[in-house]
Amino acid sequence: MSQETLRIQKISGHAGTVAGEGTQREYTICKLIDTTTCIGCKACEVACMEWNDLPFGETIFGNTYQTMPETRWNYWNLILFNEHEREDGSLMWLMRKNQCMHCADPGCLAACPSDGAIVQYTNGIVDFQQANCIGCGYCITGCPFDIPKLNPQTKRVFKCTLCTDRVGEGLEPACIKSCPTGCLHFGSKDDMLDLAEKRAKQLRDHSNYPNAGVYDPKGVGGTSVVYVLHDAANPELYGGLPKDPHIPWSVKLWKGPLKWLGNVAMVGGLIGLFVHYLRFGPKDRDEEEMKAETKS
Amino acid sequence: MNPTRRDFLKLTTVGGAAAAVFGFDLKPAYAQLRVLKIARANETRSTCPYCAVGCGTIIYTIGDRAKNVTAQVVHVEGDPDHPTNRGTLCPKGASLEQDILNDRRLLKPQVRRPGGTQWEDISWDDALNEIAARVKKTRDESFIEKDANGHTVNRTESIAWIGGCTDTNEFNYLVVKAMRALGVVHLENQARV
Repeated sequence: MSQETLRIQKISGHAGTVAGEGTQREYTICKLIDTTTCIGCKACEVACMEWNDLPFGETIFGNTYQTMPETRWNYWNLILFNEHEREDGSLMWLMRKNQCMHCADPGCLAACPSDGAIVQYTNGIVDFQQANCIGCGYCITGCPFDIPKLNPQTKRVFKCTLCTDRVGEGLEPACIKSCPTGCLHFGSKDDMLDLAEKRAKQLRDHSNYPNAGVYDPKGVGGTSVVYVLHDAANPELYGGLPKDPHIPWSVKLWKGPLKWLGNVAMVGGLIGLFVHYLRFGPKDRDEEEMKAETKS
Repeated sequence: MNPTRRDFLKLTTVGGAAAAVFGFDLKPAYAQLRVLKIARANETRSTCPYCAVGCGTIIYTIGDRAKNVTAQVVHVEGDPDHPTNRGTLCPKGASLEQDILNDRRLLKPQVRRPGGTQWEDISWDDALNEIAARVKKTRDESFIEKDANGHTVNRTESIAWIGGCTDTNEFNYLVVKAMRALGVVHLENQARV
């Protein structure tokens, strides 16, 4: 067993215990994204491409400065440019760095049927292990943020890794390091929440954003990516950030009660079969049927 | 083939032992830490060549500078110790690796003749000779020895110099010396950054 395995606290499609659960004392890491100071320079997009050596693809022009409509299997980090009209009729940009949120209660991991294709480390990173991925795409439906994307050629799903290789070696993620305005921060979850709350208070008290607040949705158990928003009451304005994200009920039902119901039906059926055999014995063929058979 | 019970037992025992020895494991690997691609890479400090901000960068190359190794660039990122950018970079700076590893990178001098539409290849020697001849010709034709009031000025106003942000102090010193010697007064070397 590798040391890395001991750092895992959740495994997808896994029966039995998880080796690393409760065995490591580690802090949750966190990315803080202050949307109020993002200038949409896309340095984080480029840094992500460069660090992960992702193959280049065509960009798509959609009448904004946005690189493409949504993230791709080879484009994990995308700044969404949202034009917003203020009450006085003037325009402003609500820019949001869109990437995997690394939920504490990840929908992708819950939906994944393949043993070990998605794992969650004790530091909070949700990581896809492409070697174990079977390409079913259930994680895509399980994600409330529409982040995992399928590579149609290799039939494997990819997404932001929160730079596990860098974080594992004690470095910050590539996007965080590049950000020239300092709108991205990296640290422990507690520290980042503290910083986020301070910034939100500053925006409320001094910058005329009475609704400014922190986005750390409880529906998915909190996230390892936290936003500071000008208008925390309406996160939908930021390119469809869900107000109360949660794992789809279909996934919950299917992976919860239905799974157990199915198990009970299957095992119960087998036990029933055995009991039936003990009680009634093997099936006897009718004598008439035997006669008809010998005649023909 | 019709194995006997004895054969079957033998084969499975040998096979099982071999699998145990060679570490055959049916369990999936739950975590394989991705290799940090810059773990033992060489760090070389450099300066971003684009704008006047002059951000510090680190160029990561594989190889430990041993004699038989040609260093290969694998990554470029900001220099956290540089006072200008403290590790950050803009999107152009963050893409510097593509500046180095690029099929379309210009590797030799080219010239576009007056009125021409195509760039032609030219050797370094020819390029330097041609530039020197043109500087001499331009200077000879436009040299101003005295101004309207009769003061000696020794100016070459038809030549200008534009420097870049990656020019070092030493380089700029030499530039100023050389250009002043020619009488060039239109000097711009971004020395203010």
